[in-house]
Amino acid sequence: MEYMTPEKIVELFKEKFNGSIINSKIEIKTAGLKKNNYSLIWIEIEVKDFKEAVNLLCTIQFPHFSIISDNDIGEEIKLTYHFSLYYGEKSQEISLNLATSLPKNNLKILSITDLIPGAQISEREIKEMLGVTIEGLPDLSNIFLPKDFPKDVYPLRKDETGAVKMVNKEEEVKKVE
Amino acid sequence: MNKKTYSIPIGPVHPSLKEPMTFNFEIYGERIEKVNLAPGDNHRGIEFMGRQRNPIQIIYLAERICGICSAAHPFAFCQAVENAAGIEVPERAQYIRVIIAELERIHSHILWAGVAAHELGFDSVLYLSWRAREEVLDLLEYLTGNRINYGIFMIGGVRRDISEEQLPRIRETLEYYKDIYGKIEDIFLNDPTIAFRTKNVGVLTKEDALHLCAVGPTTRASGIKKDVRQDQPYSAYADLNVEAITPDVFSGEVNGDVYDRIIVRLLELVQSIQIIEQCLDNMPSGEIIAEKKLVKLLNQLKKAKGEGVGRVEAPRGECIHYVKLNESELPEVWKARAPTYNNLMTWVPMLIDQQIADIPIVIASIDPCIACMDRVTILNKNNGQKSMLTKKDLHELSVQKTRRITP
Repeated sequence: MEYMTPEKIVELFKEKFNGSIINSKIEIKTAGLKKNNYSLIWIEIEVKDFKEAVNLLCTIQFPHFSIISDNDIGEEIKLTYHFSLYYGEKSQEISLNLATSLPKNNLKILSITDLIPGAQISEREIKEMLGVTIEGLPDLSNIFLPKDFPKDVYPLRKDETGAVKMVNKEEEVKKVE
Repeated sequence: MNKKTYSIPIGPVHPSLKEPMTFNFEIYGERIEKVNLAPGDNHRGIEFMGRQRNPIQIIYLAERICGICSAAHPFAFCQAVENAAGIEVPERAQYIRVIIAELERIHSHILWAGVAAHELGFDSVLYLSWRAREEVLDLLEYLTGNRINYGIFMIGGVRRDISEEQLPRIRETLEYYKDIYGKIEDIFLNDPTIAFRTKNVGVLTKEDALHLCAVGPTTRASGIKKDVRQDQPYSAYADLNVEAITPDVFSGEVNGDVYDRIIVRLLELVQSIQIIEQCLDNMPSGEIIAEKKLVKLLNQLKKAKGEGVGRVEAPRGECIHYVKLNESELPEVWKARAPTYNNLMTWVPMLIDQQIADIPIVIASIDPCIACMDRVTILNKNNGQKSMLTKKDLHELSVQKTRRITP
């Protein structure tokens, strides 16, 4: 198998989504006495091209999907999808973290489960914990929150819809019957 | 013919599952037609709690995500913070971290072997293997002070050194495991009953494992050579030669069944012993922590800005933590993902078309760790009504209990 260098991968993304890449960086980390290197790629992309970017990633190699991490930064929610490429070979793996920001008035993103079925649980978690609409994801029940969990509380948000109220005055929050 | 299916719920509390998780099966005759998973019965909101604590406090919270992976989570979390803040870990600390992580793998895999035997109805093997597990727990207690929740990880290194006098005790325990490994292998891999119950049961194809992003021994047993220690060697693993173990090393073929998962875990026992021996031989001398004074470390973290990922191969697979520091006392984001999270989905293809009697062993075969909530449901027997205890009720009940004990 031919391996692309991290620089090449970033270039490929830049070439394809020229205007939409907000920023990108390559991080090199070392470990052990021998100071062996491994690299991480961080790419931030506009949400309109996000799905296509995951598609491009799948053409390099079927990526390993780890998790979606969330960050409520006031007006926007930033989602970072953590992938890795070139697993299965000694010291070849590259971590690729693909981030995108969704404005709070339009919390919508396309589901990637048609490309990577393993992302379903993480997408469902983001849906119930942050209230992000995942387009194309079948409407399944809550995965981590109880079935009667109040509909307007999103535990991992930092604004007024967050879970602070639940923690301090649980009996005042209206539950779903 | 009218094909009528029946539904069987298993869980949240069931004799064959040690942890709370609900499965709803659609059964036709003895065969499983459909599987619905409903986790969340034990979700404790750890990430929410962690986002209100400083990084050093989170280490101890991360350690308590799971009682078995109590080295993997703090290991991954410390790495994430170190990567975010640009802290270099001294080499000696990297070696100590790996030794603790591998000792944990030995105890976790033997624990699993016992549970697997129990699910097959082979309870004498459960007792014998858990007896064998005591030795490594004693060693962990000797090295760290605790049997579980070791409390040895710290951002920038470890809290306790391994001294020259402690080495013979470590080697003694490793010799003990080398001695009994033959017996363990003989019981699990040569016993006709175990082979009969586990071969061609709960098969996960290579393609499914890849598409569902399975991790750890579950994916390796399906023939994917995926192991963070090999793919992206972190810490002292960069100096060692770790290779992902697939079942064909032992049996010459990959079936992706429960039997293959047993092979992978048992071979990893031997691998862990070798890794610890290599670490003991090559361990450099020097400092064990980058910054000894915790107040100074906290101040440094308070000024740090950046994001970092920590990945660790836990006994059950890849464990990943993401941390974002933004010049404040609390981290802006802390995301933790345990290996079972990714392995959940693999239960569906494994269980379809299997027999009811095979449910326990197939479920146990991915070594689930459903360490994930927070409520008690009370069912009134007279009218069948359900009610939940809130935080306020639980607090009142505990006050009442304390008054009863100490009037």
